[in-house]
Amino acid sequence: MQRESAIREPLILGHKTYKDITDDVVGPIMGPAPLGWKIMITISSIIAIYGIVSILYLLGTGVGVWGLNKTVGWAWDITNFVWWVGIGHAGTLISAVLLLFRQKWRMAINRSAEAMTIFAVIMAAVFPGIHMGRIWLAYYVFPLPNQFGSLWVNFNSPLLWDVFAISTYFSVSLVFWYVGLIPDFATIRDRMVKPLPKKIYGILSFGWSGRAKHWNRFEELSLVLAGIATPLVFSVHSIVSMDFATSVIPGWHTTIFPPYFVSGAVFSGFAMVQTLLLVMRKAYKLESYIHIKHVEYMNIVIIVTGSIVGVAYLTELFISWYSGVEYESYAFINRFSGPYSIAYWTMMTCNVISPQLFWIKKIRRSFIATFILSIVVNIGMWFERYVIIVTSLHRDYLPSSWGEFIPTATDVGIFLGTLGIFLTLFLAFTRFFPVLALNELKTILKSSGESYRNKQVK
Amino acid sequence: MKKVFHVMYDDDEKLLVAARELVGKGIHVNEVFSPFPIHGIDPVIGIKRTRLAITSFMYAMTGLTIAVSFMWYTMISDWPMNIGGKPSFSLLENLPAFIPVTFEFSVLCAAHGMVITYLLRNGTLPGMPATNPDPRTTDNMFVMEITTDSNSLSAEELETAIKNTALFELSIKESK
Repeated sequence: MQRESAIREPLILGHKTYKDITDDVVGPIMGPAPLGWKIMITISSIIAIYGIVSILYLLGTGVGVWGLNKTVGWAWDITNFVWWVGIGHAGTLISAVLLLFRQKWRMAINRSAEAMTIFAVIMAAVFPGIHMGRIWLAYYVFPLPNQFGSLWVNFNSPLLWDVFAISTYFSVSLVFWYVGLIPDFATIRDRMVKPLPKKIYGILSFGWSGRAKHWNRFEELSLVLAGIATPLVFSVHSIVSMDFATSVIPGWHTTIFPPYFVSGAVFSGFAMVQTLLLVMRKAYKLESYIHIKHVEYMNIVIIVTGSIVGVAYLTELFISWYSGVEYESYAFINRFSGPYSIAYWTMMTCNVISPQLFWIKKIRRSFIATFILSIVVNIGMWFERYVIIVTSLHRDYLPSSWGEFIPTATDVGIFLGTLGIFLTLFLAFTRFFPVLALNELKTILKSSGESYRNKQVK
Repeated sequence: MKKVFHVMYDDDEKLLVAARELVGKGIHVNEVFSPFPIHGIDPVIGIKRTRLAITSFMYAMTGLTIAVSFMWYTMISDWPMNIGGKPSFSLLENLPAFIPVTFEFSVLCAAHGMVITYLLRNGTLPGMPATNPDPRTTDNMFVMEITTDSNSLSAEELETAIKNTALFELSIKESK
């Protein structure tokens, strides 16, 4: 058995046994839906329906219902796309990268973070789909032979790389998540009394029985999937950044983009995990499993990635001046002093200054401060994408074609709608799925559980 | 007629100790059912390391080959185009632009191929019936399965040896 230093803070608080872990996670699934959950899912579904109606209106009328114009041909659609993909990155980072680094604290948060990843990537995928205008021709993104009336797709284009990156990322995250869920579904199946849910969880659990050989394969599979998901997660946001970086628009055409986007993605993803988990731990009484130490660990990741993002902002500014290219330097002067300077300074405040507050231990170890700052970071990261996209486009080489972008109600409706759909999916997940990785948590109970730890000390 | 012993333990370490003890006496343990992986049980009951990782490499190489040859066919051979002054005339010149898709497709094949292999080898597929002897083995109990037909000892001898371990419950079934 593994031992841990006694001065380390335990990861599981209180006097828990294996059975307690099962009870704490499976109990809420077996019981009736709490009132708070019903209220929240009603509100989020209403917002979701509003979003779906907005999307249908867009598809029925055309992309002209967005505030786009000839100068700013890309705005909220791609902003929301990049924002959602970025949020998705935390789940894979937690489950894959932290698995490779043997960070045991990930076990309390990986299941819900991965669920969040999957839902966020679904939301991201909505935007490239609907911005095509004629979504019924969306199959043209796939390599189809010329008989379809068009040429082969262009494999030199980052937009096509994105198709492969996002679909690979989504499907690999989905199977990674599901493979981990199978043993936990089996736990629910064996505890469920009502016949219909028992049958459903039985199908979902694929007949898992916990044989030694199966566990042996399970661990190997998790490790290898983590190994290949790690470069995958870095590649995905690098490719997203290349959508911009390979163009010749001032403000986009920079080599710093891939690392800058990846750290920004992890930064915003961890913020979203914090926002959701701080509510979930209270609502489902998971305080013993997700406690202040986990929050502190995540806040440390936020400081690191937030600082990388801050350095990237300043580097961009410096290089735009140092390059001596007047278009490039104007793009940045325009960012902080032009018509969108409010967005720029919001971004700077939320992403550069606010995460630095986590250096203070009291703030880093406070649930309320973390919750507020996590929302601030998410707002900041949305503005980052908005600033990069809109301010770079609205004033380019020809002053005669300068213009401005003003969002319409449909722009706002679709964005809010994706938030609603995302929350609805996440709430459904917390109600019917095991929100903690039971089988993983049980393996660390003896090495990192509080009561076992105390026995060791004695 | 064989006898099947399902020996239940309430702790993973107790099962590990018991398994070592029984195997030391020359008893063959058929199977262990547990709610989570018990580290160290595999060599004791004679489970070899899985070859799943090798298959994932093979799937990745398959994906890599498919991706590169497909891009060569569409971009270089079938319909070469000059896009933005960057012509596609040879695979070698275009290879840098093909790296992202090659990588993504290799990962796609490796991950899915490996997961499908895993599910098929385990025999865990949608709708399959659960085969664990007791529903508690997915919660907090650990069960060791020992049968008379894979052991040279008699049923009575096995039972005495099993009862000497720190077991929680013992169930004996007869089957064909």
